[in-house]
Amino acid sequence: MNTINLDYVSSNPLLPEVKNAMIEAIKKDYGNPSSAHQLGEEAAEEIEKAREKVAKLITASPDEIIFTSCGTESDNHAIKGVAFAKKDKGRHIITSDIEHNAVLKPIRTLRTLGYDTTSVSVDQFGRVKPDDVLKAIRDDTVLISIMHANNEIGTIQPIKEIAQIAREKKITFHCDAVTAVGVVPIDVHDLGIDLLSFAANQFNGPSGVGGLYIRKGTSLWPLLDGGGQENKRRGGTENLIGIIGMGVASEITLKEMESRINHLKRIKERLTNGLKENIDDIIFNGHPEYSLPNLISLSIKYIEGESIVLMLDEENIAVATKSACASGSLRASHVLIAIGRDYADAQGTLVITYGRDTTENDIGRFLEVLKKTVDTLRKMSPLYQKK
Amino acid sequence: MYSKTVMDHFKNPRNVGEIQGADGIGEVGNPICGDMMKITIKVANDRIKDIKFLTFGCGAAIAVSSMVTEMAKGKTLDEAKQISKESVAKALDDLPKNKLHCSNLGADALQMAIKDYENRKTGKVKEQDTTEGYHCYTEEESCKCPYCDSEMHAGEKACAMCGRKIEIKLSM
Repeated sequence: MNTINLDYVSSNPLLPEVKNAMIEAIKKDYGNPSSAHQLGEEAAEEIEKAREKVAKLITASPDEIIFTSCGTESDNHAIKGVAFAKKDKGRHIITSDIEHNAVLKPIRTLRTLGYDTTSVSVDQFGRVKPDDVLKAIRDDTVLISIMHANNEIGTIQPIKEIAQIAREKKITFHCDAVTAVGVVPIDVHDLGIDLLSFAANQFNGPSGVGGLYIRKGTSLWPLLDGGGQENKRRGGTENLIGIIGMGVASEITLKEMESRINHLKRIKERLTNGLKENIDDIIFNGHPEYSLPNLISLSIKYIEGESIVLMLDEENIAVATKSACASGSLRASHVLIAIGRDYADAQGTLVITYGRDTTENDIGRFLEVLKKTVDTLRKMSPLYQKK
Repeated sequence: MYSKTVMDHFKNPRNVGEIQGADGIGEVGNPICGDMMKITIKVANDRIKDIKFLTFGCGAAIAVSSMVTEMAKGKTLDEAKQISKESVAKALDDLPKNKLHCSNLGADALQMAIKDYENRKTGKVKEQDTTEGYHCYTEEESCKCPYCDSEMHAGEKACAMCGRKIEIKLSM
């Protein structure tokens, strides 16, 4: 039986066109894009073609895009890059309680170097209030970093309002948009963003390649010091094959955006209704309106997430959990705690994500197997028996 | 990640349920720790005649509970008292290192059920543990705040790092 992938947020399948383009590129034996000879020039041209396609996806101009190795590198580059470039101007950074570790951890590193941080809290749906960001601003604030859409609960932040505040106060604004780019339309100019992180594996492109949008005139110290690649912004030989794949994925994603969103919305509605009808004592996490169309976060009371994932896996269904037991650190999800879930409910949380190739049949089978799994585990649960 | 034996017990757990009118009850853990187990036993002629478990927890926690009930069933109380975290982990062909402590509460629940049985028999009042919260497993072992992962010590009322109120208690 085919595996049903409902863990698109971890990675999603390569488009056939992306696979072909990458295979053709491997066959060609390109040179190093930095070389002056013809083999190198051809490689450099391929990179520039890809850059144009990627730029279009977020309505940027190509010279504002650099390629990185992943979303995490883009976040690290943006945050450390602004902090280092502006270290003499100020050392205060504002972020939120529900950022990805790729943002929280570079900020933690900066704290050990003497930088100060303010983390603004979120409401019960995981939304930041722009006014809270405004109140957190100090004379020495140099960077505001707030994510576009949350990878655990799907909530979309009021980015335009926050960017406007940053602009008025002349503070650099970085947005981690890894889970949003390629899923919902993003226009960096309309949003007023200075730095935006994204990754190809979130829109049917390859893993191991990401991008960072850098608005013209933004001061940014390189993260990887080395050669003069990427317009002197990132040293290191480019991942040519990955970049070519990302270019093709961007082009197709942009073309299909509207039909994909309609499809995702239908799947979300079917899934939401099916879950409500089939399973009681569940909580939907995230904002009912400002939310990604390709993600449902669900806390199933009285049972634990890792055991749900293992049982679904036995039935060839892949889904993610935010249970502490399934994380390497055995820690509760900081996002679920930030929106006020109690520890037991956080334990039973699934993150269901899907994409362009998910079918209504997949959802039907998932609902059927999930209901069975929940029943089995609840029969075993002392919390459910006490209920 | 898990051994074949763990997956077998997880997929086909033995002795699931709760014995009505049990002779001994053992309950350990709480949802803050991530795992909770309840073991009920029926004793006849100093032998564990029947045993059942209920568990809230990960795959390892369920497999541990199932294995403990299988190991204890039919044993004399003295034999069952020899069942430890280590022997359960060994019988399961080992547990992942990070699960050795948190999910391996089955032996504790069994020992608590046996103690409960013996207390009832000798007319001792059941020692009630009313504290709710996160717990350390042994006095020497440090434990971590479930919210921010900072180290905590027995007796502390709140996490020194993040300030959240958490009561630390020893599990046994």
